[in-house]
Amino acid sequence: MAKIFLRILASALLLTGFGLAQAEEGKTVAITQIVEHPALDAVHQGVKDELAEQGYEEGRNLTLMHESAQGNTAIAAQIARKFAGEQPDAIVAIATPSAQTMAAATRRLPVVFSAVTDPVGAKLVESLEAPGANITGVSDMLPISRHLDMVLRVVPDAKRIGTVYNPGEANAVALVDLLEDVLEERGLTLEKAAATKTSEVLGAARSLAGKVDAIYLTTDNTVISAAEAVVSVGERAQIPVFAADTATVERGAVAAMGFDYYDLGRQTGAMVARILEGADPAQVPVETVEKLDLFVNPAAAERMGVTLSDELISEATEVVGNE
Amino acid sequence: MLSQIAFFGALETGLIYGLVAFGIYLSFRVLDFPDLTVDGSFPLGAAVAAVLILGGWNPWLATLMAIFAGMAAGAVTALLNVKLNILNLLASILTMIALYSVNLRIMGSPNLALLGETTVVTWWEDLFSPQNYYMAPVALFTVVAVVMLVLLWRFMKSEIGLSMRATGANARMARAQGIATGGMIVLGVALSNGLVGMAGALFAQSQGAADVTMGVGVIVIGLASLIGGEALVTPRTVIRALIAAVVGAIVYRLAIAFALNADVLGLQAQDLNLITAILVTLAIVLPGFRTKLQARMTRNKAQG
Repeated sequence: MAKIFLRILASALLLTGFGLAQAEEGKTVAITQIVEHPALDAVHQGVKDELAEQGYEEGRNLTLMHESAQGNTAIAAQIARKFAGEQPDAIVAIATPSAQTMAAATRRLPVVFSAVTDPVGAKLVESLEAPGANITGVSDMLPISRHLDMVLRVVPDAKRIGTVYNPGEANAVALVDLLEDVLEERGLTLEKAAATKTSEVLGAARSLAGKVDAIYLTTDNTVISAAEAVVSVGERAQIPVFAADTATVERGAVAAMGFDYYDLGRQTGAMVARILEGADPAQVPVETVEKLDLFVNPAAAERMGVTLSDELISEATEVVGNE
Repeated sequence: MLSQIAFFGALETGLIYGLVAFGIYLSFRVLDFPDLTVDGSFPLGAAVAAVLILGGWNPWLATLMAIFAGMAAGAVTALLNVKLNILNLLASILTMIALYSVNLRIMGSPNLALLGETTVVTWWEDLFSPQNYYMAPVALFTVVAVVMLVLLWRFMKSEIGLSMRATGANARMARAQGIATGGMIVLGVALSNGLVGMAGALFAQSQGAADVTMGVGVIVIGLASLIGGEALVTPRTVIRALIAAVVGAIVYRLAIAFALNADVLGLQAQDLNLITAILVTLAIVLPGFRTKLQARMTRNKAQG
């Protein structure tokens, strides 16, 4: 907690310096959100809190507009037109449909999206590194690279990583493709095992035994539903199993890193502040979530033949099995 | 109070939903067939157009295919009703939920982006200066709405159109006159959903994406537009009824644009549905109020 506080304080100190210079002018930020939903509302709250943290206080030097389309795309389109007409200093678009309607409504005003999984596929940006137009933002794509760092901290000499996935799930296929690229960059190889339904997960996991040094599961709905099957194979074959979602740690995986949509909102708010200070969205790279919550399960690690370092355990937000 | 861009945005969406209101006029008013298929045929049109445009098709050809897809969906509903004797409302609900799966299959993912693709709007944008880019879709959709209005008006006055109106007014009488009422229902509901499919295709192109969830509430909005329009333009003739439909759709959108700008009144985003409901209620109540008022005024005149 103290660490989080310090980090916030540090970033606030760093950035309020710039913020104060323009504080008296007053800025306008408009937020469009496709629907009221706990995760998306948390993003909205995070953006607001971070802007306040950075010296943009609602009512004092910041005018904040917020509209929800209540799940209706046509209303999202009208909200986009309204914002395009009112010309705020920055627009925050939460979730893909809102971001797309905003992109269709303006090619000039800076737009920062949040909670968009695949901004390139949604045609919001040309590339993650150089968005190229008036739009950039924070993606809620899994930070696979950092998940891999976590895996390698537990199994430093891992060469082959295994995963079980459902080839019929578009999201899962995209994640596995990404995983393969990230592994290739690091000189590691990926061993894929396909399971088209939950009953096939056990067989698929067994096919990995003896071939891989660690198993990493993405947020594949089919596989996560049967995560226990993969865990049981991991325990019997002494292969540590890692996951992308923290709930799987409670079900017997060694470790996972998840994120909170509120923190995603905070990060979006920080980006909005940079845009307000004059950064060009075309050159601000798309970010993925930075603040991750590490969940570890030392007992499960032991059952799979690995030990977690005290350092890793001390970094964890939650140690499962430690009441 | 309302910026120019927001105003043109409301016109644009209103003109597209005018096509939905035409479709609902055909099913609800002409055929007396409460048809909820539109919640599925709207995203169906969007899905078909998006997939074809991304496949390199001409956007107008893709829109035409979206019309055919919508017509097929409408025909399924009507056939379930006419051939299998399923209650019309239930038949349309069945088709609507089935279309959700069909749309996902067609698109292959829940969202297909069209931002930056060549769409029907692209050509029109070159006619306007870059600052006035937001007027291009309004110009295009005005032309589309007028063309569809004239075509529908001509159709309603043709022999088939008259038979269709007879079917809706009194099916037994129509059958006695030798009209194949079943065929008329299939044709009418198909045409209705063809119009809605077209609206979906155009909406996806103007908004830059097709999304499986974009059909939510299309029926309510379409009905509200139709009823609101009828309150403003008394639908004594077919042409007036059609004009009422498109006027209602535009007024509905303008009302939402104003509701979004009603911050000064202390209203917030979450109040939008309530404001919509109040506006629709007013639209339904006002015509009766107007006739009462007229009656009183004539009485006063007679007395005076």
